[in-house]
Amino acid sequence: MAIFNLKINKKEYKVDVDPSTPMLWVLRDHLNLVGTKFGCGIAQCGACTIHLNGEAVRSCITFISEVGVKEITTIEGLSENGDHPLQMAWIEHDVPQCGYCQSGQIMTAAALLKKNPHPSDTDIEEAMNGNICRCGTYTRIKKAIKTASHS
Amino acid sequence: MTTAKINFGRRSFIKSSALAGGGLMIGFNWFASLNAQAAEVVKLPNEWFEITGYLKIGENGAITIMSPNPEIGQNIKTSMPMIVAEELDVDWKNVLVEQAPLNTAIFNRQLAGGSDSIKQSWPGLRLAGATGRKMLKEAAAKKWNVPVAEITTELGILYHQKSGKKAGYGEMASAAAQIPVPKEVELKDLKDFKIIGTSRKNVDGQKIVTGQPLFGLDYKKEGMLIAMIVHPPAFGMKLKSFDATDAKAKPGIKDVFRIKIYNDDYKPQWCDTTSFTELVAIVGNSTWEVMSARDYLKVEWEPFADHKIAMAGWGGDQLVSVPAGLESTADHHAKMTAAAAQPGKIERRDGNPEEAFKNAAKVIERTYTAPFLAHTPMEPMNFFADVTADNAKLVGPIQSPESMEKTLSARLGLPLEKIDIQMTRMGGGFGRRLYGHFMVEVALISQKMKAPVKLIYSREDEITFGIYRPAYHAFYRAALDAKNNLTAFHVRMGGIPENALHANRFPAGAIDNYLAESWAIESNISVGAMRAPGSNFNAVAEQSFLDEVAEAIGKDPIQFRLDLLKRAKENPVGKRNDYDAARYAGVLELVREKSGWDKNSAGKNRGVAAYFCHSSYVANVVDLTVEKNTPIIQKVYAAVDCGIVVNPDAAINMTEGGIVDGIGQAMYGQLTLSKGQPDQDNFDSYRLIRHAEAPKEIEVHFVQNEINPTGLGEPPYPPVMGALANALYKATGTRYYHQPFVKNKFE
Ligand code: FES
Ligand code: FES
Repeated sequence: MAIFNLKINKKEYKVDVDPSTPMLWVLRDHLNLVGTKFGCGIAQCGACTIHLNGEAVRSCITFISEVGVKEITTIEGLSENGDHPLQMAWIEHDVPQCGYCQSGQIMTAAALLKKNPHPSDTDIEEAMNGNICRCGTYTRIKKAIKTASHS
Repeated sequence: MTTAKINFGRRSFIKSSALAGGGLMIGFNWFASLNAQAAEVVKLPNEWFEITGYLKIGENGAITIMSPNPEIGQNIKTSMPMIVAEELDVDWKNVLVEQAPLNTAIFNRQLAGGSDSIKQSWPGLRLAGATGRKMLKEAAAKKWNVPVAEITTELGILYHQKSGKKAGYGEMASAAAQIPVPKEVELKDLKDFKIIGTSRKNVDGQKIVTGQPLFGLDYKKEGMLIAMIVHPPAFGMKLKSFDATDAKAKPGIKDVFRIKIYNDDYKPQWCDTTSFTELVAIVGNSTWEVMSARDYLKVEWEPFADHKIAMAGWGGDQLVSVPAGLESTADHHAKMTAAAAQPGKIERRDGNPEEAFKNAAKVIERTYTAPFLAHTPMEPMNFFADVTADNAKLVGPIQSPESMEKTLSARLGLPLEKIDIQMTRMGGGFGRRLYGHFMVEVALISQKMKAPVKLIYSREDEITFGIYRPAYHAFYRAALDAKNNLTAFHVRMGGIPENALHANRFPAGAIDNYLAESWAIESNISVGAMRAPGSNFNAVAEQSFLDEVAEAIGKDPIQFRLDLLKRAKENPVGKRNDYDAARYAGVLELVREKSGWDKNSAGKNRGVAAYFCHSSYVANVVDLTVEKNTPIIQKVYAAVDCGIVVNPDAAINMTEGGIVDGIGQAMYGQLTLSKGQPDQDNFDSYRLIRHAEAPKEIEVHFVQNEINPTGLGEPPYPPVMGALANALYKATGTRYYHQPFVKNKFE
């Protein structure tokens, strides 16, 4: 076990866990931030996507010991009032079916829009290809990203 | 207005409290937190009055509607309360929705399966709303001392026109709660619907996009431990012994022990799975500690012998044979090929098919296969339990709470009323969560630990646990006479360990000489219902075959089907035809029109298919191109007849999802086995469809009618696979007989 100081969603946290613990479980089990989801544990589905200094990463394979002073953003901290353009576009297009994959989808999309504010269809497909939606909401996700990119 | 008799029973006797909005019936703080977001939109009242088990009204006019069925992504938590709100006659923006717990005294059929939630609940939900409205009217009539017949309602307000009196539902709620539940109520005319038929957003949408706790995996309770299980690595194996010395020495680990899922004399029911009935459980403080320590368990497995399991079936007990051995996909293929060469069990026979085949000018014969599939809902299996000596509380994602309560009761030795099941939103299910073995497992672990426990499956645990979609095989024959008339049709369908045959579905009823046979091969690979069971293979095989027959005859594939359906409608063969030929033809005609099939098909690689299952009808046209040896699905058209559409945009979403899922399964889905062991165990090896492979565009159209609504969870899934196969043929000149198609050609 070891003590780690983390900056998540602009707040400071202190946790005492094994250094090999993935951020996914630090967030979910130790910090009560359960918006970041477990889907595969091997960086294949994107359900666990968070931002590390603004970059989308898979928290299931990001060990707490690698985080250092980098700032973490989770779905809970993407916007203060749940009104990030992507969150609003997701509601406008009523994207979710079961909803389980959607926080990961939104986090990947947010990182995309930061780098590329007006992505083409192909840009979207490429950036989002690592995020599985088992319910098949892909066409709506694409529409919502485009709506957000125009706002 | 129609008058309807009340048969849904009494009011529940659950105490109301001022805190109600969330958690009223539930008591866990975790659930109370769930309504925080909604409370900002709908102002919470000081007091809730329970009108019936389905609804509570606050003094300020806020309405809470209970959503009885498990929400699995099919949008039931929005569309079911919409039906209640319609008949209650309230403004949807004042409605809060609360997930009901399992409560068989108030609610009927709290099950997510068979695409039946809306179909079966439609009358009950309408009555529930109409009952509330009637009670409010009676309360107002009493207070104003006027005849109840003179009272009207609109959007949550009661009016007495003659006297000019009016009052909000909130003002009458306390009095209405005292009114006896009426024996008869009036239902609205369809033309007066204001909510049903209009698109309403997912009631959990805001919580989903902001990452609020909603799912079973998110559930927490003070002092809760985390558990995982270890199941046999291969079908055909069982637990022999284990050594937990190393694992127990790891940090945070509390205990490791064996659990036995059923008592020896227990007869498993439909929702019980019997593949892995003895497991090793490992329990600790946190998920990562348990996951890491689990790798240090040394477990020995041994092969099991041939045995029989007595299952409790609807039609009495059934003996199921479980053969010993470590099965492989290659052996399965050999066995299926051999079985298909023999006559099967005749399930339906019309006319004289043998004679017709003998006299045929031309016979077309084709074989289709499909592999086992795993459900892989996005949220891995999990459940919470807190079991004490005299009661059990369980919380989590389950499609079949009512049946699982019985299994739990038998295993824990607790009466049903001592078992409390709360349903969380489910991160998908597709049938996988009909089989709630994980509830028994977590209950046994909690009982042993004398502590609240959450059980978590890894993705690997889930994919390798079984309960797969069976592996299927179909052999089709069609006889044509010298004038290219279709004179006979023969299907011989089999599978491991069951087949997909629906002998009385189209084209049965449309052809004079018809033969349907079935066969099955015993196996120890466990299977279960997966989205549109049987149909999810039947539709692909049959719709591809019909395409080939139409081509051989030289007819347009839509016209060919319509001609058959015309026959089935005007002069059906046999009496037991499961489908309505006119509605079937209706979706084909609609998809023909919307896709511009007759005018717009030149130069396009188009395929068509239509299928009927779970009481709804769906037809698809798929347009695709092949670029760099990769198919790109350009557009999918869907025409759907599911009767009255309750929540149109959500119904479109469901249809789009079924289409994407169908294309994914047909193109990529497969679970193969080597020596009893699944070859795929996570998303690196078990392929699911991804963004770039999804259709570029999907266009959904509904047949407009006034038929009572039927389900949409399953029907949009099967036919698109057939349309895809037919479009691929157009693009490549090759027919696709064996799933997954990527393996067949594109690899
Ligand atoms: S859980 Fe991290 S990518 Fe799937
Ligand atoms: S909405 Fe269910 S997995 Fe994406």
